[in-house]
Amino acid sequence: MEIKKPAMAGTLESSDCQVTVEAGEGKIDLELNSAVINQFGNQIRKVTFETLERLGVKDVKITIVDKGALDCTIKARIEGAVYRSLEQTEHLPWGGAIR
Amino acid sequence: MNPNKKRLRRTMMFLNAQKPGLIKDPYIYKPDSIMLDLEDAVAENQKDAARFSLYHALQEIDYRGVERVVRINALDTPYWKEDIRCSVAGGCDAIRIPKTECANDVKLVESAVEYAEREFGRPKGSVLIMAAIESARGVMKALEICEASDRLFGIALSGGDYTKDLQTHITGTGIELMGARQNLVIAARAAGIQCFDTVYTDLENMEGFRQDVQNIHLMGFDGKSIINPRQISIVHEIYTPSEKDIIFAEKVVTEIDTKKAQGIGVFTVDGKMIDIAFYDGAKRTIELAKASGVYKGDL
Repeated sequence: MEIKKPAMAGTLESSDCQVTVEAGEGKIDLELNSAVINQFGNQIRKVTFETLERLGVKDVKITIVDKGALDCTIKARIEGAVYRSLEQTEHLPWGGAIR
Repeated sequence: MNPNKKRLRRTMMFLNAQKPGLIKDPYIYKPDSIMLDLEDAVAENQKDAARFSLYHALQEIDYRGVERVVRINALDTPYWKEDIRCSVAGGCDAIRIPKTECANDVKLVESAVEYAEREFGRPKGSVLIMAAIESARGVMKALEICEASDRLFGIALSGGDYTKDLQTHITGTGIELMGARQNLVIAARAAGIQCFDTVYTDLENMEGFRQDVQNIHLMGFDGKSIINPRQISIVHEIYTPSEKDIIFAEKVVTEIDTKKAQGIGVFTVDGKMIDIAFYDGAKRTIELAKASGVYKGDL
């Protein structure tokens, strides 16, 4: 899956996170900003890389501003940003690449 | 029949499916159902993002037995079919159709739900449907809507849109809703399904809310849509049978069973004339007491 245009999903409200994706430079480049980075930084990175792998995204610059989001919210926002970038809103692979 | 079709639904709490802070732990307030909203609460440019949020919440959050209903977007929008795919794949318990105006609206959704059940490997009939009535036309077609699908567990009045269609407004007195409320309860009962009342939006007027709930309880509604956890305990309190009601119901059930065996059809309990017509009501009181956790008897 190729990220062609920049896209964003999520908010800066408590329990949410804001995810931005844009075309990468041949690899996954993650920038993470979180008030709980010392406690949960590794977990957020793990969820991020797993989600991108399921989506087949290998080349992306992804920025996450976390406001205490649960794993399920992080996944939802990454998927939201990626599919916005692809401009796909229908016939989504629920239970497949999205799970 | 899906065993959940007749479950207890005194409170249905609306939650914006796009807001992680709202949907992560509403079970702590113990509503009977939550209504994860993809429709009015979600801005037009967030419809796509709300679905991802909904899907993962349904898949990963343990709502501890609270029923998870999803309000999809209206059938005249481009969103409702994907809303159904996402909700069914996520594992929702039921779909709420907004702005239902005729039996065909229910059949359209039924067909899409059935297709999604096959696509995502869920048992046929596992996803229930409810229909929100939001217009004068919908009220007039209530019975055909109620009888449109075996999956339909209930109908709900949506007062805001309905009063706009009626060219009036919500007054807080309930006068403007009287006809619709009565009509919907009668239609639902005729079809053997449940009926739910509209939201009460004035959160500063809890006494008015209490009065509203008392009225709809007496009218025969099964429960009420709510918008704030503070409203839950009031609804549950009003819908919980009193000890006096429970004792009387027990006597009625026991006496009818006994007298029936003796060939007696009419008799008195605590000075009141009782016959078989009281049986179902008394059984319902006991079932409600059980579901509310206040029944200590053995019927």
